[in-house]
Amino acid sequence: MNENILVLEGVNKHFPLNSFRMRGKFVHAMDEVSFSLRKGEVLAIVGESGSGKTTTANVISRIYRQTAGRVAFEGRELSGSMSRKEELKHHKRVQMIFQDPFGALNPTRTVGGIMERPFIIHRIAKEKRSVQEMVDNILVQVGLEPPEQFTRKFPHELSGGQRQRVNIARAFSVEPDLILADEPTSMLDVSNRMSIMNMMLNLKERHGVSFIYITHDLAGARYMSDRITVMYAGMIMEIGPAEEVINNSFHPYTRLLKSAAPSPETGLKRNPLTTGGDIPSLIDPPSGCRFHPRCPFVRESCSLEIPPMKKIGENHYARCIL
Amino acid sequence: MIQLERPEKTQLLQCRNLVAGYRIKSGFVHAVDDVSFDLDKGGFLGIAGESGCGKSTLAYAIMRLLKDNATIEGGSLLFKGIDLVGLSEEQMKKIRWVDISMAFQSAMNALNPVLSVGEQLTDVIHAHEEVTQSDARERAKEVLKLVDISTDRFNSYPHQLSGGMKQRVMIAMALILDPELIIMDEPTTALDVVVQRTIIEKIQELRKALGFSVIFITHDLSLLVEISDTLAIMYAGKIVEYGSSESLFNRPLHPYTRGLMNSFPSLTGKIKRMGGIEGKPPDLLKPPEGCRFHPRCPQAMTICRESCPVLERIDDRHSVACFLHKGAEIL
Amino acid sequence: MLRDTFSLFIENRKALFGLMILVFFSGVAIFAPLIAPYDPKTNKVDVLRIIDEEMGRTTTVEREQIDEFKDRRVYTQSITTTYEKVTTKLPLNARPSGQHLLGTTKAGQDLFSQMVYGTRITLSVGLVTGLFTTILALTLALVAGYFGGVVDDIISLFTNVFLVIPSLPLMIVIAAYITVKGVIPIVLILGLTSWPWPTRILRSQVVSLKNRDFVRVSRILGEKPLYIVFREILPNMISLVMASFFTSTMAAIMGEATLEFLGLGNVSIVSWGTILYWAQNSGALLSGAWWWFLPPGICIALIGTSFALMNFAIDEISNPKLRKR
Repeated sequence: MNENILVLEGVNKHFPLNSFRMRGKFVHAMDEVSFSLRKGEVLAIVGESGSGKTTTANVISRIYRQTAGRVAFEGRELSGSMSRKEELKHHKRVQMIFQDPFGALNPTRTVGGIMERPFIIHRIAKEKRSVQEMVDNILVQVGLEPPEQFTRKFPHELSGGQRQRVNIARAFSVEPDLILADEPTSMLDVSNRMSIMNMMLNLKERHGVSFIYITHDLAGARYMSDRITVMYAGMIMEIGPAEEVINNSFHPYTRLLKSAAPSPETGLKRNPLTTGGDIPSLIDPPSGCRFHPRCPFVRESCSLEIPPMKKIGENHYARCIL
Repeated sequence: MIQLERPEKTQLLQCRNLVAGYRIKSGFVHAVDDVSFDLDKGGFLGIAGESGCGKSTLAYAIMRLLKDNATIEGGSLLFKGIDLVGLSEEQMKKIRWVDISMAFQSAMNALNPVLSVGEQLTDVIHAHEEVTQSDARERAKEVLKLVDISTDRFNSYPHQLSGGMKQRVMIAMALILDPELIIMDEPTTALDVVVQRTIIEKIQELRKALGFSVIFITHDLSLLVEISDTLAIMYAGKIVEYGSSESLFNRPLHPYTRGLMNSFPSLTGKIKRMGGIEGKPPDLLKPPEGCRFHPRCPQAMTICRESCPVLERIDDRHSVACFLHKGAEIL
Repeated sequence: MLRDTFSLFIENRKALFGLMILVFFSGVAIFAPLIAPYDPKTNKVDVLRIIDEEMGRTTTVEREQIDEFKDRRVYTQSITTTYEKVTTKLPLNARPSGQHLLGTTKAGQDLFSQMVYGTRITLSVGLVTGLFTTILALTLALVAGYFGGVVDDIISLFTNVFLVIPSLPLMIVIAAYITVKGVIPIVLILGLTSWPWPTRILRSQVVSLKNRDFVRVSRILGEKPLYIVFREILPNMISLVMASFFTSTMAAIMGEATLEFLGLGNVSIVSWGTILYWAQNSGALLSGAWWWFLPPGICIALIGTSFALMNFAIDEISNPKLRKR
């Protein structure tokens, strides 16, 4: 089962700026983003704020349409405009889990009311009773037992971990082929995070779902995924198998991320960061390689043109001229 | 009671049996319940805990900044020999910010959006000392340089600065009167990982140069283990394990500490499924009988349901409040 | 969910007080015929009394049929009753007394009855206009806010233009040109000049809700736009819509009183505003007939207070709910 379930080729997403002062300018949220995802694979997109990771998820789930480039899902290309029926089919196959567990739940509806909707919209179950059964079933799968106790509750009556379980249950309920998880644990208490991550892994095995896991936490990405993509200022800097990207990090930005991440084992043996600077503006991004202003290994050609993705290992690529 | 034997001279802050919380309609919430710890001059104490464990209340209690219905109900906070709990507001004002200052969580909310950065810094000076305006401005510019913010940002407004810069302004504000102790409440939580690292490095650098002590409060245990000398793990208003960060990391004794350590995936070593902790933190209005962690503890015994364990010294740099280790002295 | 909101509302002291005032006035309006001792417009009282009843027998006989066997006679009988009608003219410009709780107008009309019946018009015009304005504003806000794009641009343009036009002069101009018969024109004039403000407010709320994660989730799940508008966005706006309704109603009550006071409405109906009009017209202020202009003024203020209190209560309720997170 090695077919690609998702292919992005040269995807750009530029947001036009509306104010009078900034007319004609764009926010370059995504540029030249290309990667593919195999069936059943977990791909992590790692990056800091402004890296374009959330925009990528929004493009794949069609909250935004890409400005340029190709997005193909299960062989079929996602074009700018799709019929209502095609959109609905797409929504059944691609689901998203958001970062804020409370914001993703309508405060005026009960858990039961929220959970019914996917089944009703996609006509997975017709009669009221079978919808109820299916809701109970998926709630049990995410650890919310007994389900009857939870279906009556409103979101503000649940804990953060429980809310996120509801969100996850909702995403899995339509039996999608691809789930986009946008920092699903960063707003949860530390003790909840591991159980949520493990549960997502279990559900993934059980339902055979492919996963795109978006995070800023490199260690979490390593735990959850098969492959890791590192994004910076809207572009992919490095992509490859998780262990490779972490142990043999190639791109200077990846190395920076790795050295900045908390690691209890290193303790006092840590070397100070060799790189300063801030994340650049996406309205006027640096020319050429977007990391060049901060790169300790910068050469003249780095500011002149964007380096292409270069193969540096088995299935391991980096956008760097080194 | 902790019996860390240390000569009195190097102790900056001694917290003993502190009880603080807030009153609501249905009763009193003990957010800080019988907490004790020591802080040396120039030391770095990390307080780790999740939301609702009382760590923020503890921070505000030390600064005597508890407001409205929150009060300190008991215990003592000996700062250089003076008990902060008994001081009047007048007396506390002289200590606050001059000797003990605080960097708040989420600089975005703690900085006044309509005042420029420079104004906020000079305000702090003018509030505590009689100085000329130009003197205050000079000192403000100096402290901005200390935190690596260019002085042309003196007149910038908070919204014109990046998240990392705002946090550094917060730290500058905490440093400006040259305090001996800075309490930092989740200073890096909302920041990107690289920015977080630069802030931490800056704090370490400044500590070496100026010699102040730090109480660093966060939920990110893996970060704390790296940067603190001493570590206190808080759960449901109590300190459940306390000692040197090395000792706690190498040999976590309390099941909660072990669970927490087991919740952070690592960048090195084999990838294996990790455990995490089941359940959720208790309601501090009606905490569980006996040990507060027992409903979630995989090793709970009968005694854990009946009485609450107290912090006991296991060795020179490690204390734990757990019946599993009661009376056990690890050599 | 609605039940929770309702009970929160009732528990709030401000809301309760405001609600009681409203209920009081509504009761007065509904039971007006039972409460008001006189007809509001009349200046006299007619008492009809029977003085004499005489059963007279005036027999008029008519023979209709005569034949061998039958003789049909028709008898007619008439009764005369004498009535006495005593017309007492009500006192003019009288101070409050046992017979006239709020005194009388210069034309001899009982003011208490006028106030009681006036409650009907004032309240109904206020509530109907409030309802009309709120529904119009909400519809425009939902369409503009959710669908965005050109539709939003057009609606917002309209709203902003009308917002800038001062409503009171506009009302006066329109009312001056229309001969107002009945109450409907007043409702329309008030409604069509006050819709922009709530539209803007509600639209902002719709836009901010539209960008919340749970609405995004609904879109990703494939919900139809109409469902999202009515089942996801609207229920989260209830408190704002209620507040908007109260504000619009209050504005309508004031607007109606203003129009009537200026004589631009229909001065032949009885409302608190018309009472003020006639009071002003008849120099009540100058002659010191405080019982004429104080009661309508105080009642308008009371109703305004009641809506304001209920609005404060709604503010208080919506905030802690969010803080509960």
